[in-house]
Amino acid sequence: MNASTRYGPGIISGRLRPRPYHSALRGERIGYVGALSSCLFAALVSFFLILAGPARAQDNAALVQRFATESFNDIVGAVNGLATSGSPRAAPVIEALRDGRLVYRASDRAVFIRRPDNSFVNALTGDPAADIGTTRPVRLNNNVRRAIDAAVGALSLLHPDPARRISAAEAVFKSRDGTALAALEAAIGQERDARIKTLMEEARAAVVVANPQASEADRIAAIGIIQRRGDQDALAMLGSLPATTPPLVREAAESAAVGIRRTLAVWEAGQNVWHGISLGSVLLLAAIGLAITFGVMGVINMAHGEMVMIGAYTTFVVQQVIRTFAPGLMDASLFIALPMAFLVAGAIGVAIERLIIRHLYGRALETLLATWGVSLVLQQAVRSWFGPTNREVTTPSWMSGSIEIGHLAITANRLAIIVFAAIVFAALLVFLKRTPFGLQTRAVTQNRRMAGAMGIRTNWVDAFTFGLGSGIAGLAGVALSQIDNVSPNLGQAYIIDSFMVVVFGGVGNLWGTLVAAMTLGIANKLLEPYAGAVLGKILLLVFIILFIQKRPRGLFALKGRAVE
Amino acid sequence: MMLTRFLFEKIDRAGWVFLVLLGIAAVLVPVLNLAVPPGSMFHVSNTAVGLWGKYMTYALLAIAVDLVWGYCGILSLGHGAFFALGGYAMGMYLMLQIGPRGVYAHPTLPDFMVFLNWQELPVAWWGFSFFPYAMVMVALVPGLLAFVFGWFAFRSRVTGVYLSIITQALTYALMLAFFRNDMGFGGNNGLTDFKDILGFNIQSQTTRAVLFSLSVLALMAGYLVARAIVTSKAGKIIIAIRDAEPRTRFLGYRVENFKLFVWTVSAVMAGIAGALYVPQVGIINPSEFSPANSIEAIVWVAVGGRGTLVGAALGAGLVNFAKSWFTGAFPQGWLFALGGLFIFVTLFLPKGILGTFTDWWRSRQRKPEPPAATSASQPAA
Repeated sequence: MNASTRYGPGIISGRLRPRPYHSALRGERIGYVGALSSCLFAALVSFFLILAGPARAQDNAALVQRFATESFNDIVGAVNGLATSGSPRAAPVIEALRDGRLVYRASDRAVFIRRPDNSFVNALTGDPAADIGTTRPVRLNNNVRRAIDAAVGALSLLHPDPARRISAAEAVFKSRDGTALAALEAAIGQERDARIKTLMEEARAAVVVANPQASEADRIAAIGIIQRRGDQDALAMLGSLPATTPPLVREAAESAAVGIRRTLAVWEAGQNVWHGISLGSVLLLAAIGLAITFGVMGVINMAHGEMVMIGAYTTFVVQQVIRTFAPGLMDASLFIALPMAFLVAGAIGVAIERLIIRHLYGRALETLLATWGVSLVLQQAVRSWFGPTNREVTTPSWMSGSIEIGHLAITANRLAIIVFAAIVFAALLVFLKRTPFGLQTRAVTQNRRMAGAMGIRTNWVDAFTFGLGSGIAGLAGVALSQIDNVSPNLGQAYIIDSFMVVVFGGVGNLWGTLVAAMTLGIANKLLEPYAGAVLGKILLLVFIILFIQKRPRGLFALKGRAVE
Repeated sequence: MMLTRFLFEKIDRAGWVFLVLLGIAAVLVPVLNLAVPPGSMFHVSNTAVGLWGKYMTYALLAIAVDLVWGYCGILSLGHGAFFALGGYAMGMYLMLQIGPRGVYAHPTLPDFMVFLNWQELPVAWWGFSFFPYAMVMVALVPGLLAFVFGWFAFRSRVTGVYLSIITQALTYALMLAFFRNDMGFGGNNGLTDFKDILGFNIQSQTTRAVLFSLSVLALMAGYLVARAIVTSKAGKIIIAIRDAEPRTRFLGYRVENFKLFVWTVSAVMAGIAGALYVPQVGIINPSEFSPANSIEAIVWVAVGGRGTLVGAALGAGLVNFAKSWFTGAFPQGWLFALGGLFIFVTLFLPKGILGTFTDWWRSRQRKPEPPAATSASQPAA
């Protein structure tokens, strides 16, 4: 960042009281004139830039010659003049001056730049100059340095690199440095990029609003521009007007601030909803497998969280293998990890069903205990195998970064997880509604004994459902590995929330799980700013405990005629 | 008169053995600890007294869990919450007994409040320096919570897995709440650094021995109360609810009232266990609320034998003894062992150690003559 930001506050406070230095007054006069005749000035600068070479060279010569003086005020004037000239020599000359490498020959007022190797070049042309005779350095004091800093900022406004221009415009917006105004006008006239141009106009508005000499009408118009910007910086800008601001301007600023706050609140709510949807899809991924097994078999799988954890560790292992054997495939690692995680977790799920749960048929509470035992064993197994510490999982390049829509920051990994959750949900829906296996699963969910009587092999359905549920948990683990720490406790962190989703949504259909996950996710994130993360969570738990009293079978209970 | 009748009619053989052994322990352990010199082979070490005292409170918690799970079929995954609440009530009393001896030497406020810059005692703490009040709270707070929770849950006929999950949600929510500093219960450090109880130094071996004996007596009392409940007429209905809740309801019994009664009594028992636990271990913190603790209490009962009361206490002792041994010998192995225990017991030992043993004993006895009336304490499975 250029140094004008650093000196900004000094200049602002300096503007509040009369400055003893002529140079400062002159600098202000330039700013003032610029403010009043901004359009004219911009046109003038463009005119300069369009002018043919010789005229420009002459002009440059005059500008550069102004450095050949002992007067600090004149040097300041020369810096300001050169900076706003748009001359290609401006940057090297001013930088040389900053570093104390600008010298001049008193005899003919020729100005040279001393290069680091002590050879000299002509400041005007950039040609090497041999045998330049006796020279004196152009002198520096704080006023000159301040002017240089402003000038460097101004030059960045014209920099070919758009990022530099953006940061320069932002710097002016924050510093509200009056001396940058002329450069800003010039830059606005030249700017082709609409977005940067808007930024620069906002920066100009900020300068005008803060300028006590600008007319009230101008300042109020500028406040309008700042309101359109509408972010925290704009709010800070409007909140920090000097005490001498006329009441009309102050009023306009206050009403603009109110407007900005209102828009910001809406955006913030939007951001919270977005975070909520993101959390909701994580919950959906974690809970949906649980909901299926609960629906079909009536048992809560306490080891479900460990399936999620195993999915995450599968991702880690897949990435380790890829790193060793085919580092080029790293960006595709998640697509390899997904089927692997599904298979690994699904296979463990089928094994648990065949070895343990099948023997506990009809004893839901004992199943709960046995699966809790399984979860302890799996946790400890992973802890002994991979160690108790977090494992590093790489985020593929396409999943990093973020996009901004208005004031909404949308990170790519969250977006990817939401999309992924939606795909999994849709696939599961199609699977359960459109395939023979899905039909059988639904039949067993609705009436196990009747389904058995119709020739459905219910214990096969059980095993496959358990495998499917665990496999989906594995997929959830791949997704979670991108946003959470991969540690043996990963599953524990999500399991209780998943239970809440299941009992809240009911087991009637997948939509219940979707609605429950999204409700809990969004409610959680909307409560967070008011109640804090922990209290928000407690409130939700209490809400669910109360909700269950009202609907003991969840939001979307399966309708049946069984006597309870 | 009534008591002797009760004792002789309602206590089975296992119960007698249990009570007699406990009675002996209540007297003998303190004597062997205090009167026998440390070098002697009959000496009971200070650590052992503390450890066994802790097991006694766990056993009381296990009896409380067995009362609701073994006899009423309510699998509570949140009994640790009642235990911890009782513990917190006791901890608050002990905290206020520290007085000006804390690190900050504040005359009334506990250290953590001074640290948080609080000026006065929060309302929730009022009265806790008065021992009888604190003891009432030990029973009242868990009891009231259980009553309110059960009132809603049982009336709405929340049963089975749903009930288990929301009891877990309850203890989880309480854990999160107690972790917060502004709850006013010491945040994640909990309450610790106790100095004395009723004027007796809590560190002294005499106090600890007395606490041990009190824990044993509480366990005996808890057993008698639970036994009285399950052998009463109401106990028969409670068991009927466990085995066929809809049928019991159709017979005209107000199922929710019976459940609520057992549930609340069990919570109070758990609270008392917690209150005895805290002075012996010297600390209570929010991790006592963690759902894993509550589930561990379930496995004690499952190992010992659900629906036997004595078995529950036995299971608590055995599992915790194993835990102490494992964490010393193979720290890595404990979770494997505990997890394996869950699986093994549910698969192969559904009646637990005592239940299986009793079955075996009866089948030996029965050989000469056909079976008489089955004991009400056996689950119908």
